Amino acid sequence: MLLDYLIVFLVGGGICLLGQILVIRTQMTNARILVTFLMLGVFLEAVGLYGPLAEFAKAGATIPISGFGATLARGAIEGASAGGLLGAIKGGLAATSAGIAAAVVFSYLMALIFSSHTKSNGK
Amino acid sequence: MLNKEQKDTYNKYVQAKQPYTKYFPTLLWAFLVGGTICCVGQGIYDAIMALFPELTKDVVQAYTLVTLIFISTLLTGLGVYDKIGSFAGAGSVIPITGFANSIASPAIEFKTEGWIFGMCVKMFTIAGPVLVNGIAGSVLVGLIYLCF
Repeated sequence: MLLDYLIVFLVGGGICLLGQILVIRTQMTNARILVTFLMLGVFLEAVGLYGPLAEFAKAGATIPISGFGATLARGAIEGASAGGLLGAIKGGLAATSAGIAAAVVFSYLMALIFSSHTKSNGK
Repeated sequence: MLNKEQKDTYNKYVQAKQPYTKYFPTLLWAFLVGGTICCVGQGIYDAIMALFPELTKDVVQAYTLVTLIFISTLLTGLGVYDKIGSFAGAGSVIPITGFANSIASPAIEFKTEGWIFGMCVKMFTIAGPVLVNGIAGSVLVGLIYLCF
């Protein structure tokens, strides 16, 4: 149990560490970082490597955005094997639809409730 | 146009003026915060699994992500997430909470610039590229899978 959480922590932290190294080395913006790791997840799932990693590290692999990419790819593959061409087209979005809808709706909700905080520099 | 020598001089000038980032602390914070967010996710997953044992793994996973996204957007609204982001860097960007933050943060910030062209458009300044590439990539993977 505790070991499980240690693995989750190490793998999840490790992925973020890789991202931070990329940020420092290349001065990438947040959008580029997110896209890079998302596509990395899509690619690794497509070649069959992300599944075993998620099996091993659980939330450590599924919570980073690369896990989101892996779900997209897995949805498309499952859709393709079950529903042919239409399945291949809609599978990815169908598998991730809950996350995307939640992100948009909750953001909308929070924008209704909260107003912008003045950004304090360096504090 | 600047010649190469002028460009080099300018780049050196920019580098000298850039704020110096201490590499090690940012790496450590990214690792710690990223790992912690993943552990919180695992905790939510285990809790849902324990409360509703009849649900399948995929459903519990979806509920976990929705819960994390809710927490992240709420913390963004309260102004807490951006404070974490200022020292955690990629540690707060790469987890799914960072994706939710990238939608909620501009939505709240650009509310004052109007409903449609402020909030609704700016919501997707970061999420847009993510969704476009992700959806296109997934369809491509599906098509490749169909061909082989």
